[in-house]
Amino acid sequence: MGNIIEISGLHFSYPADEGAEASEVLKGIDLTIKEGEFVAVLGHNGSGKSTLAKHINAILLPTEGKVVVNGIDTADEEHIFELRQCAGMVFQNPDNQIVSSVVEEDVAFALENLGVPYDEMRQRVDDALKAVNMYDYRLHSPSQLSGGQKQRIAIAGIIAMQPKCIILDEPTAMLDPQGRKEVMATIRKMNREQGITIVLITHYMDEAAQCDRVVVMDKGTVALDDTPRKVFAQVERVMEIGLDVPQVTELAWELRKAGFDISQGIITEEECVEAVRRLFSDKQLIRKEV
Amino acid sequence: MLKDVTIGQYFPGNSLIHRLDPRFKIIITMIYILMLFTGSSVACLAVGAAYTMIAVFLSHIPLKMFWKSVKPLLPFLFITALLNILLVDGGDVYFKWKFIKITSEGVNISIFMIIRIVLLIMGSSLLTYTTSPITLTDAIERLLSPLRLLKFPVHELAMMMSIALRFVPTLIEETDKIMSAQKARGAEIDSGSFMTRAKNMISILVPLFISSFRRADELATAMECRCYNGGEGRTRLRQLKASARDVIALIITLLFYAAAIAVSIVFNRLMK
Repeated sequence: MGNIIEISGLHFSYPADEGAEASEVLKGIDLTIKEGEFVAVLGHNGSGKSTLAKHINAILLPTEGKVVVNGIDTADEEHIFELRQCAGMVFQNPDNQIVSSVVEEDVAFALENLGVPYDEMRQRVDDALKAVNMYDYRLHSPSQLSGGQKQRIAIAGIIAMQPKCIILDEPTAMLDPQGRKEVMATIRKMNREQGITIVLITHYMDEAAQCDRVVVMDKGTVALDDTPRKVFAQVERVMEIGLDVPQVTELAWELRKAGFDISQGIITEEECVEAVRRLFSDKQLIRKEV
Repeated sequence: MLKDVTIGQYFPGNSLIHRLDPRFKIIITMIYILMLFTGSSVACLAVGAAYTMIAVFLSHIPLKMFWKSVKPLLPFLFITALLNILLVDGGDVYFKWKFIKITSEGVNISIFMIIRIVLLIMGSSLLTYTTSPITLTDAIERLLSPLRLLKFPVHELAMMMSIALRFVPTLIEETDKIMSAQKARGAEIDSGSFMTRAKNMISILVPLFISSFRRADELATAMECRCYNGGEGRTRLRQLKASARDVIALIITLLFYAAAIAVSIVFNRLMK
């Protein structure tokens, strides 16, 4: 499959105040994302991950370099709405991205802006609400919903545009564990069933472990870029950047350090349970412990 | 405590009045107000009162609710009535002491005024009780849309109103949170003299303002991400369709208006 996002030599600095020196937030980023991929972007606060996300749908434009999404250069102002329809964005705070006081009208907001005729709009809104499992709430007011539900409404508002790619900027950061689970399940479903490319910016390692690919940002550059298994295998490097690894990975790593024979690429709970069970069934280990 | 604040005072329902097209409801309310203010005879007001009672009955909204909206205006009504009684001169003199003089004309006019204002409040409350604020905004946008030709920013105004309505519950919740946070730090919000309480309000308003600006900024970005580009070429999910019912309601209102005028002409002749 083709590349949906192509970022080359991207530099970005926020315009400096008078007299002050502009600090560069992104320092030369090269990144390509294939259609249908599920990519997590990790990074410390201030690593530039949100800034990078805002370049993908032309909320910010590069100071230097080029961002091409689905064949459209983000600097091309004529195609900006086409671009934003193709690459939707979901933000951290669900309250600050819901425009209307009625759920279904909020989902329709983008379609109203694009001038979609009524019958088609009705159909797309209903489909989007069903896709995120919120159809029964279509006439509710967003203020009656939980955080996870509101975030799913925000996702429905993006899906209704029928984008090829969704960028989510820490969508679960303000949610409780239940809400996080709902939102992650919704995102995975979109990726699997509709083939939508997902760029998930997060600081939860267990969420990143569920993706196809992990990009780790550090001080405005891409530090690591590989499958979650390979990225988290480099426990020391990841920690040096100031990030954690998933808890199970850390456990396996500590066990290895203590001299146990346990494989390095563990990222799911099941794998960890299996590996620890194998350790216990190893007679030598038990004798050693006794 | 702030959760009790209701804005717009909308009572969801499915009565005949609820189901009327909001644009027609606004126009009908305007005709109704005109009706109350054209005729100056008791007969005319009687027609108005009959009309109001029928509408209230059809709306299934308890009379108690209308009393609630009239109650806060009682002092105002009282003062108006008192001034009318004291200042209007004419007809039979009921009572006279030094410069105070109460005449039949004064009493009549003050009773007339009270009834007129009460009917006015009831009629306009009926509009907000049976129409949700968001529908009302929508209807106002459509009724004002001809003004676009004069470069009046109708869409922008309606968008601002609907966003404001959308954020009322969010900001109330936030105010509650900030109040709790400040109380936890020892701020005394509910006690002290008027001046100290007013000063203490600053500790709530400043964080509230800062966060509102942040919200506004984020909302603007989110709207841009969803291709918001002003009112040009927008389509709507909410369709307003006028039906025969709306036209009939309008005709009935106009008939009442005509009746009110006719009755007051006849009444005036009889009085002579």
